[in-house]
Amino acid sequence: MTNSSKAGGFAGTDSYIATRDLEVAVNASVALGRPLLVKGEPGTGKTVLAAEVARALGQDLIQWHIKSTTKAAQGLYEYDAVARLRDGQLGEAKVHDIRNYIIRGKLWEAFASERQVVLLIDEIDKADIEFPNDLLQELDRMEFFVYETKETVTAKHRPVVIITSNNEKELPDAFLRRCFFHYIRFPDREIMERIVAAHYPDIKANLVREALTLFYEIRDVPGLRKKPATSELLDWLKLLMVEDIPAETLKSKDPKVVVPPLYGALLKNEQDLHLFERVAFMARRGQ
Amino acid sequence: MFAGFITALRNEDVPVSLTEYLTLIGALKTGVVSLSVEDFYFLARATLVKDERRIDRFDRVFAVYFKGLEAIGGEILADIPEEWLRKLAERYLTPEEMAAVQSLGGWDKLMDTLRQRLAEQKERHQGGNKWIGTAGTSPFGAYGYNPEGIRIGQNGSRHRRAVKVWDKREFRDLDGDVELGTRSIKLALRRLRRWGREGEATELDLGGTIGATARNGGSLDLKLRPERRNKVKVLLLLDIGGSMDDHVEETAQLFSAAKSEFKHLETFYFHNCPYERLWRSNRRRFDAATPTPEVMRTYGPDWSLILVGDATMSPYEITVPGGSVEHWNEESGQVWLERLLRHYPRSAWINPRDQQLWGFTQSLKLIDQLMAKRMFPLTLDGIDDALRALRHRK
Repeated sequence: MTNSSKAGGFAGTDSYIATRDLEVAVNASVALGRPLLVKGEPGTGKTVLAAEVARALGQDLIQWHIKSTTKAAQGLYEYDAVARLRDGQLGEAKVHDIRNYIIRGKLWEAFASERQVVLLIDEIDKADIEFPNDLLQELDRMEFFVYETKETVTAKHRPVVIITSNNEKELPDAFLRRCFFHYIRFPDREIMERIVAAHYPDIKANLVREALTLFYEIRDVPGLRKKPATSELLDWLKLLMVEDIPAETLKSKDPKVVVPPLYGALLKNEQDLHLFERVAFMARRGQ
Repeated sequence: MFAGFITALRNEDVPVSLTEYLTLIGALKTGVVSLSVEDFYFLARATLVKDERRIDRFDRVFAVYFKGLEAIGGEILADIPEEWLRKLAERYLTPEEMAAVQSLGGWDKLMDTLRQRLAEQKERHQGGNKWIGTAGTSPFGAYGYNPEGIRIGQNGSRHRRAVKVWDKREFRDLDGDVELGTRSIKLALRRLRRWGREGEATELDLGGTIGATARNGGSLDLKLRPERRNKVKVLLLLDIGGSMDDHVEETAQLFSAAKSEFKHLETFYFHNCPYERLWRSNRRRFDAATPTPEVMRTYGPDWSLILVGDATMSPYEITVPGGSVEHWNEESGQVWLERLLRHYPRSAWINPRDQQLWGFTQSLKLIDQLMAKRMFPLTLDGIDDALRALRHRK
């Protein structure tokens, strides 16, 4: 819960609860200057981790969000040939220096920074299957070559690289070999209580207790398409607090009220909602 | 230093390379972790395992390889639970029960057996009715020594607790051979992607633009091209009813995953073996069937054919005309299946039955022969193999 005691170490922050295995993985990857690959269920705080590491280490965060069309080269630089052609036709003076048409990517930005930064490569699995391979050299040696200007860009300080993946594609072995790996497990009740406490320090204890019971009940319903995760729970608790819903409502045994209040924050499609209604109804009737 | 551990991991199919081993040693040298077993376990896991499906295997190897390590620097473990148990037992057992314990051969014998069983339990983890605390068939369970109780006793030692982190085997569900949700199937189905450019031109074709501009005497001529899309086409034939009822859930998962993954997906149903008719909706199987030749005409050989069925039936349903259980078929199932396979060079049969039982069903062996080794089990690895086979023409 406290900021790191060791210099340069990561030990969770006041708003981010890190388990010991996550701390070890982060610290090892910082110490060896190798990327950390983070996987886990959606909504368990993979992306937030990078921001929190940056905060704990007192560094800037550079985010590179990957889309299905993103190419590895875009993270290094892009050469805007069309603009140069156009300028050539208009007879502009800057056309003679190719450097004016090279647009720096996120990786270059991170390499060029005067201080060490945290670089987040978010959802790397969204991109093409070859994407990670194209970044192997760059992430390993932390340098790359710009063909247009014949210069080599080398990192002034090896950035702390954090990569997240949602498991939509297998990542190549050669890439994995160079990374540290951490799988964020879904937090158990005890850790979840600490997470809630970190986010909403003045929430009522009995509301949390009832809400968590209900939350884990919903997660246990077999066959849900999208199980609610930490981020959904936090949203839901916030709504409950804003609407000032008493804890008693959550454990209401009234057979007419089978669906928890403000369920929209937890269940995101109507099949799941129907399924939950059915299961909850059967459970109530059985009592 | 841990070369033996690396070998042990590799023997258990956890792919570890020299690079990772060196990284681990490098990380230990930097001293990022304290000198506790638990931290070492976390560090080794982050360094050596790169796939959550392998973490369970890693945990098992770790538990076996480093057994005994947790005792270093700690109290002598064996004494603690024994002491603890003795006290507990003396407090809770009636004199008659004490006598029963004595009849087993006395305390020492009892404790020996207990310790031995605990060790076995840790290594094997699954088992019959021999283990402590299961359904009263073991003498231990009857006197209230359930495994939880014993473990609580061991919690008296700090180092014991550390062991439990990997002994808990929290990543068991993620082992590749076990889990089969739609998400993982989708993941496997992605292997079948075949990219192509079709449809509206929306993307700037840089090379084309430069070429055209040059030909145009230097004045800018923009060229656009369509985006890359997955253009693989899949024809899915599902066996429905009868013996397939046991496999409805897995098949439904496969189907729903396939539906969201492929833009070009057509589904038909058959019963036991495909004959001259297939149907689109199972409810209307008797009045709205599509002749198989029509299906083959509509969907050309560029489609990939995936058959899903347990191939469990009477062998006559495959080999003999008129063998179908539902109607009179002029030509045998074998003829139709061969016709389909000739028409679709990319084909695979996915079978939801346990692969170990395949050899016991004659019809299954027949279909397997007809498919020429292109039958795969309905597991993640099986689907993976099937899709790999689909990428190559026969």
